[in-house]
Amino acid sequence: MINLFEVEETNQMIEHENLDVRTITMGISLLDCMDADLGRLCAKVYDKITVRAKDLVKTGRDIEVEYGIPIVNKRISVTPIAMIGSAACAGPADYVELAKTLDRAAKAVGVNFIGGYSALVSKGMTPAEERLIRSIPQALASTERVCSSVNIGSTKTGINMDAVRLMGDMVKATAEATKENDSLGCAKLVVFCNAPDDNPFMAGAFHGVTEADTVIHVGVSGPGVVKHALSQVRGENFEVLCETVKKTAFKVTRVGQLVAKEASARLGVPFGIVDLSLAPTPAVGDSVAEILEEMGLESVGAPGTTAALALLNDQVKKGGIMASSYVGGLSGAFIPVSEDQGMIDAVRRGSLNIEKLEAMTCVCSVGLDMIAIPGDVSASTIAGIIADEAAIGMINQKTTAVRVIPVIGKKVGETAQFGGLLGYAPIMPVSAYSCEAFVNRGGRIPAPIHSFKN
Amino acid sequence: MKKTIITVVGEDTVGIIARVCSYLADNNINILDISQTIIDGYFNMMMIVDANRSAKSTEELVSDLKALGEEIGVVIRCQHEDIFNKMHRI
Repeated sequence: MINLFEVEETNQMIEHENLDVRTITMGISLLDCMDADLGRLCAKVYDKITVRAKDLVKTGRDIEVEYGIPIVNKRISVTPIAMIGSAACAGPADYVELAKTLDRAAKAVGVNFIGGYSALVSKGMTPAEERLIRSIPQALASTERVCSSVNIGSTKTGINMDAVRLMGDMVKATAEATKENDSLGCAKLVVFCNAPDDNPFMAGAFHGVTEADTVIHVGVSGPGVVKHALSQVRGENFEVLCETVKKTAFKVTRVGQLVAKEASARLGVPFGIVDLSLAPTPAVGDSVAEILEEMGLESVGAPGTTAALALLNDQVKKGGIMASSYVGGLSGAFIPVSEDQGMIDAVRRGSLNIEKLEAMTCVCSVGLDMIAIPGDVSASTIAGIIADEAAIGMINQKTTAVRVIPVIGKKVGETAQFGGLLGYAPIMPVSAYSCEAFVNRGGRIPAPIHSFKN
Repeated sequence: MKKTIITVVGEDTVGIIARVCSYLADNNINILDISQTIIDGYFNMMMIVDANRSAKSTEELVSDLKALGEEIGVVIRCQHEDIFNKMHRI
């Protein structure tokens, strides 16, 4: 039987170490809503989302109360909208209408974000996909809860450099369109390579076409718990360090698995995956950077950071994988700058820069995430940053992404304020050398040799 | 059978167990097991209870016990046992 010590340990994690379930995300397929008439399409999309997700928020709250575990976000991901609107949307403005419909549906069911305003263009772009991409700045400026993502490359297809170049422009245009709020729109726009179909985390969540009609995915968290566990083994060798991370990740993931199964049973929707990511928040003690520092780094960004992160990422997976029957999504440590107080501090004290962050993305999930850069960085430079990250993902057969925010009107040293879970970020310098002639070449970078496995 | 774990943590004082137990009895909640200890003057108790026959919903129990805890000056939590089982048992 459960004993007092174990109960204490769990409650200590919840109360003092920020253990929570970061998100329950309901993936909803909109394929059966497709229609050539925009009005009818919007009505069908609104109805399907609000019917399927009507109990999502309440069920999340019930589970929270019954188990005493906070579930921070309840969210929805939908089929990439470029596909859904392909017959009805004759221009970017029509896609914006669809974005507004998603926003209304999200508000009606009470979720804080809805993801899937997306296009998957890793090899080529259809005219509809290009229309959606060109509508992103306006869509993000005229909605509150809609998140957008574009997949511009994969290990199997190579990198679509035309899309990369276009996304450079779109990130910049989104920043301009939302400049009143420190270019907040860019915080809701992710450019992926090897995007997973079942990611529950925003802003990059979408419901892939390989998924069932409706599924429940859960994203766990718990940087604070890992950090606390590591503070108990200071000075011990790597074996002890790794074992401690593994055991902690197991415990954290078990909670995610429990919540996922419960939510799935109560909503009558199949369980998809648990995403084993360590997702930080701006709250003190809920930081991935602090874990790395607890391992023995004076400040994140110091030599040894990449090794420490690689170790952390791997042990989290090893511990988590046994705790859940299905693991998927991004599953790794997130290193968003603005959402992690330890990262913000490291940037401010000068120990962490974009180049080191890029190296770190080779060994953990996602990529250059929530990084504020000066508003005058050119679109071609942003395209270059995207191409670099995509190349890391393509060659290493992993997901990488870019979510940079060129903050219009602000310079290096100033701070961008996004509010809430998105936090705030010091504006970081970007290399001043141009890559314009490179990204303007057009066409595709072919798939790497090791992708030919058949 | 679904079991519920009630934990009480806080500064020790007279009548904590009595107050919690009378609330449980009044609401038709059966106590299956109690373990209790004092660490550094802090009262630490865990009860395993069967609340299936109680007329109160889980939500009401959680909030009633929380309020009772505030009255006594301790923290009372009430959780489904599975969160502990899943985390600590393979």
